[in-house]
Amino acid sequence: MAESVGSAGGAPALPSAVRKLDPSAAVFGAAALILIFLVVVPLAWIFVASVHSDADETLTLSNYVRAFSRSIYLEPIRNSLVLATAAAVLATFFGTVLSWAVSRTDMPGRGLIRVMVFAAFATPSFLGATAWIFLAAPNSGWLNKIWIAISGAERGPFNIYSLTGAILVIALYSFPYTFAFASSALELVPSDMERSAALLGARWPRITWRITLPLVRPAILAGALLSFLEAIAEFGTPAFLLIPAGKQVITTQLYLFFQYPSRPNLAAAYAVPLLLVTASLFLLQQRLLKKGRFTSIGGKGGVREPFRLGGWRWPLLAVCLVPTVCSLVLPYTALLLTSLSRAWGRGPVPGNLTTQWYRWALVENAAARAAIGHSLSYAAAAATIATVLALFTAYVAQRRLVPGSRLLAFVAMAPFVVPGIILAIGFFSAYARPPLVLYGTAWMLIVAFATRFLPIAYSGTESALRGIDVELENAARTLGSSTLRTFWRITLPLLRRSIVATWLAAFIPSLRELSSAVFLFTPSTAVITNVIFDLSDAGNFEPVSALGVLMMALTFGLIALAYRLFGRTVLFSRGRG
Amino acid sequence: MARIRLLGVKKDFGGVAALRGIDLDVAHGELLAILGPSGCGKSTTMQLLAGFLPPDAGEIWADDRLISSPQSVVPPERRRMSLVFQSYAVWPHMTVFENISFGLEMRKLSGKEIAGRVGQMLEIVNLTGFEHRYPHELSGGQQQRVALARALVVEPETLLLDEPLSNLDANLREQMRFEIRRIHERTRIATIYVTHDQAEAMVIADRIAVMNKGVIEQTGKPAEIYEQPCSRFVASFMGGANCLPAHVLGPGVVRCGDVQVRAADPREFRPGDEVVLCIRPHAVRVHRIRNGPPRGENLANGRLLQQAYLGDFHDLRIALSGGAQIRALTPAGPAYDGGEEVIVELPPNACRLLRT
Repeated sequence: MAESVGSAGGAPALPSAVRKLDPSAAVFGAAALILIFLVVVPLAWIFVASVHSDADETLTLSNYVRAFSRSIYLEPIRNSLVLATAAAVLATFFGTVLSWAVSRTDMPGRGLIRVMVFAAFATPSFLGATAWIFLAAPNSGWLNKIWIAISGAERGPFNIYSLTGAILVIALYSFPYTFAFASSALELVPSDMERSAALLGARWPRITWRITLPLVRPAILAGALLSFLEAIAEFGTPAFLLIPAGKQVITTQLYLFFQYPSRPNLAAAYAVPLLLVTASLFLLQQRLLKKGRFTSIGGKGGVREPFRLGGWRWPLLAVCLVPTVCSLVLPYTALLLTSLSRAWGRGPVPGNLTTQWYRWALVENAAARAAIGHSLSYAAAAATIATVLALFTAYVAQRRLVPGSRLLAFVAMAPFVVPGIILAIGFFSAYARPPLVLYGTAWMLIVAFATRFLPIAYSGTESALRGIDVELENAARTLGSSTLRTFWRITLPLLRRSIVATWLAAFIPSLRELSSAVFLFTPSTAVITNVIFDLSDAGNFEPVSALGVLMMALTFGLIALAYRLFGRTVLFSRGRG
Repeated sequence: MARIRLLGVKKDFGGVAALRGIDLDVAHGELLAILGPSGCGKSTTMQLLAGFLPPDAGEIWADDRLISSPQSVVPPERRRMSLVFQSYAVWPHMTVFENISFGLEMRKLSGKEIAGRVGQMLEIVNLTGFEHRYPHELSGGQQQRVALARALVVEPETLLLDEPLSNLDANLREQMRFEIRRIHERTRIATIYVTHDQAEAMVIADRIAVMNKGVIEQTGKPAEIYEQPCSRFVASFMGGANCLPAHVLGPGVVRCGDVQVRAADPREFRPGDEVVLCIRPHAVRVHRIRNGPPRGENLANGRLLQQAYLGDFHDLRIALSGGAQIRALTPAGPAYDGGEEVIVELPPNACRLLRT
């Protein structure tokens, strides 16, 4: 290369270029190594373990044969499919109706419903399941008792320890997915499309059915698929409601494989098909969302006029209150009352009230106190790891700095399709044995949480980066700033807010993560959810409720803080501009 | 000041050719406009010039420095070029002063010198007093001038402007054309200006390179390009032109429909060649039959199809007797009748013959 020296007349010279290794290659290398450690190795271990015998570690396919030929292992698969399908249908129905009512009509209380949907979204369904035990356990559940008192019947009609019970609870906490997808799509449909139909003589029911809903159909389907994914991967609710009923689904069966005598390799083989199903459903969902882009063509939207429902406003509100009351008002009331009771079965009567369980959790019980501390510190560490890793990975991938960076992005998103329990099996197989033994240390939980919520951090960072015009960076480059310095001076300051938002978005779910923690904790590293799980197993529901209330108070406190800082857009749904 | 040369530059995107071999030579102190419709490859050319993309073939030179070749690309930060983006790319988290001083900081100038140069530059772009504002407190035109100041303050050897005015409203755009021309005359930095607006290119540029489908069709002074387009594309892109199929009869004589036309076009075609007869709508003369037989060459009978009143002009569409249609812009006068028979005159020195 011929480079003339000092040819530029009066121009201030750039500092002479020192030939350095391109820093983006180093960043790429580091991110790739960490991703291999967090994602590739644990997932690969599942496949490796699945073809090794539990008895003597020889290479074999017998795990697959056993897992998929015995009826006691086939029934959980059937149950899982029924559970996930029914829950997804129900959740999609609620989600669609509520999103339409909130974003397209003049129904009263729209803001309240929106907040309640978000609160349901923030509530882990295993906590909902616990609360519904208080409400609808076969004999002692409060709703059953009320029914018996009113009707004089011998027994109440509700039994939460059933497949139906689990379906209802899961649907109650997964309908926010459809709601979120559908409402953000609905808010992009310009009113002009509906007005055109109105001018041609159609009334709102027909407009909704023929124009509005078809326009957002891809978003609704995407939400439905996500609900299905969540339901089939869900561990907490089936564990709380179905294990006592002696009915297994795939995830609880996986858990049982790890009870004595543990058969981790058989578990791995049993997990592989589920993993393939979730992965392909996710790809399908992504395609739907891509196809659904046409809804955003009218993104400018102009004015969006809500439908005037007239007399139908109040009945619609009543419909919308069904899922929100069932997922929030009833369960939180039950949790709160139980946490303040000496014995929940006696009900909230004078003499039964106490604050002892909060004292127990916060002051008296060292294990509970330690668990709260662990939850906070592990979640903070995991969120930090996920955020930093997501930042570098997304930057390298988005700006195509290095060939192969798309693969990096793919790997960073991959944990999204891995149910927590399967991820935990992978981590257990990979890092509970030499050369790297993390099991028994805090790092086991921290890296598992970081991996599990890396996709949340990644997608948040990626979309924030997409919002930063690459020309802002290029401008700095042409003015003499290197890639690294440009990242530091231009990109990072512009991302500041979304980095904090991303951190919170990874921190909050880490705080309440159950399914991977159940596998990976040891007594010295237990987190809140472990304590809840164990106490609830033993039937100690009062301290469970107190811990649950504390955990949710913390969660909602953080959400309120994030809302304060960033508004609704960052956390949940697209704002109305 | 640098002379910029592009030699046989090619660029593909996934098998689709964006640039099919570009040759350009921009002299010291010259302002060259690359003009073309969207998708013609002009923005790709800019990306290559600035060093954001490597060429697949060919070379880019700045004076005697080879700055881009398929083997190696001098990175953007070391090319001594400044680029003004279509989006302005003014950094929203920095004040006007911080935006403009950024490049000087990179060059490790002292604080005092930075303040001096930024002050001077603010004066040139008429933004004195706006130092401490943030971009969101500025109008589009002001942001645009911040971007220009930021690019100029580092005294680049070459200034690249990528459709810098296309996000401004019409009035401001016209004003800024002259502004950019004025600043160029003052600084005389070799400048490459990309635009899709032919009027903008004609006001601003010393020379224009007309680009289409990844090749440069013609390079020349604005008047040359307008008056002597060398291809049908250039003729129609630069101000619009009637392009009529014609058949060469002899030197400078063609048959167009059933009219014989003499064109004062020196270029050689052989009798029997199929060519395109190009004439600008402004050059077409229209005579009303009631005014008596006109004098002049290349007369054809026509019938008025459509007319629109444009204030200074009538915009007429006329069917010639051979079947071809032609557009004419004639000085406004009394309105024509619908379907009126007229005589169309195609002055020989306005007629150009181009390959089909």
